[in-house]
Amino acid sequence: MSVDEQVLSYPIPNDAALDPPAEWAELRARCPVAHVTLPSGDRATLLTRYEDVKQVLADPRFTRQLNAPDAARLSADGGGVFSSEMATIIPDSGEEHQRWRRLVGKWFTAKRMNAMRPAMIRIAEDLIDDMVKRGAPGDLRAGLGFPLPVYVICDMLGVPAADRDRFSYWSDTLLNLTRYGKAEIEAAQAEFFQYMSDLVAGKRADPGDDLLSELITAGGPEDGGLSDIQILVTGMALLVAGHETTANMIGKLVSMLLADRSRWERLLADPSLIRTTVEESLRFDANSGFGLPRYLNAETEVSGAVLPRGTTVVCSMAAANRDETAFENAGEMDLTRSPNPHLAFGSGAHSCLGQALARTELQVVLEVLLRRLPTLELAVPVEELERVEGLAVGGLREVPVRW
Amino acid sequence: MKVIVDEAKCCGAGQCVLIAPEVFDQRDEDGIVVLLEPEPAEDQHTAVREAAAVCPAAAIQLEGDDA
Repeated sequence: MSVDEQVLSYPIPNDAALDPPAEWAELRARCPVAHVTLPSGDRATLLTRYEDVKQVLADPRFTRQLNAPDAARLSADGGGVFSSEMATIIPDSGEEHQRWRRLVGKWFTAKRMNAMRPAMIRIAEDLIDDMVKRGAPGDLRAGLGFPLPVYVICDMLGVPAADRDRFSYWSDTLLNLTRYGKAEIEAAQAEFFQYMSDLVAGKRADPGDDLLSELITAGGPEDGGLSDIQILVTGMALLVAGHETTANMIGKLVSMLLADRSRWERLLADPSLIRTTVEESLRFDANSGFGLPRYLNAETEVSGAVLPRGTTVVCSMAAANRDETAFENAGEMDLTRSPNPHLAFGSGAHSCLGQALARTELQVVLEVLLRRLPTLELAVPVEELERVEGLAVGGLREVPVRW
Repeated sequence: MKVIVDEAKCCGAGQCVLIAPEVFDQRDEDGIVVLLEPEPAEDQHTAVREAAAVCPAAAIQLEGDDA
């Protein structure tokens, strides 16, 4: 049966850790606006073409109001991060959203990220030292991929990195769409909320030199700042966003390069390709997760199909990033590809706030790994790499390496 | 080549600064683009074209025969 005659289950089951499911090419070619069933049993509309995904993500009629009464639920026990309180407290559109974005965005400028480079390099060096001390083979995910972004975001927010195991669990309950029950998710969110409330109260009494303290001292909405609840939820959102996304991407970046070791060798010979390699790995990542859901609040048309008001759309940026009409030889990983207008960070006014941070972290990790562990290789055949299941952000369970 | 930036569209992603730091910067107070060089020298053109092509908010326009 072809893809346009059936309702696909979404996410599309796929055992290959690094390769895309066969359905993507067929969907893009023959069924760019596809009906899918989500883990909750609710129906949604899946977009896989580059132009469609790019246009929809930048179109304000496609909102993030996934808690609307007729919006599709992503999973039976709620929508995780997409329909949590975070989505409603941080302004979704218009001037309010732009004000929030600019207040927080100034912490994520390219200049600030460049200034953080030396500190990131030190963290990466220390983590690699520890890995080397423990001896090969080692798990690059647990040893480097996960801890590095956590240390960096904790430092930016002024949150003690010693509590990182708790954040990890809270993040997971928000980002995992299938693993936890409703009661467990609610309890974890309540704990997380309480933790952040206490932290924000502490910073109000004794501000430090960090993002949360500065949001607090900027004053409330009447002074052009944010309300207490907005500061708190912003802290939660940044901690979750700064956690799993880059952490998983580090493992996938290294795995993609080592899966065909000529890629790694090319970088050893020419480290000036690090920047374009990072961009290409973001484009080429076939395991980037769920995609971005949007709720349509006015009837519109996409690729010739009419979408009624109330439709829940899922944008697959990963499928769009393999669209041959947008990228020449889209199925090839080209470390020199430029320009590379991939959609891994979304597009438009809501495109990832932390993208300069993610880029810098990925570049630093690659630079330090190439220098410190040039003999790095996968310690298992690539077929044995396993995906993390159910996570809104795709990743690998382990990345076993030796050097 | 003439570069035009749209501050209202800019989402502060910082790609232009990472790619062409001699032509683009971001304001410290809100991360919005600052155009340092509206008519960049020829050795900057490749980087500027790349910055315009990858801007997630499509906030960079190029004009001129060599755009």
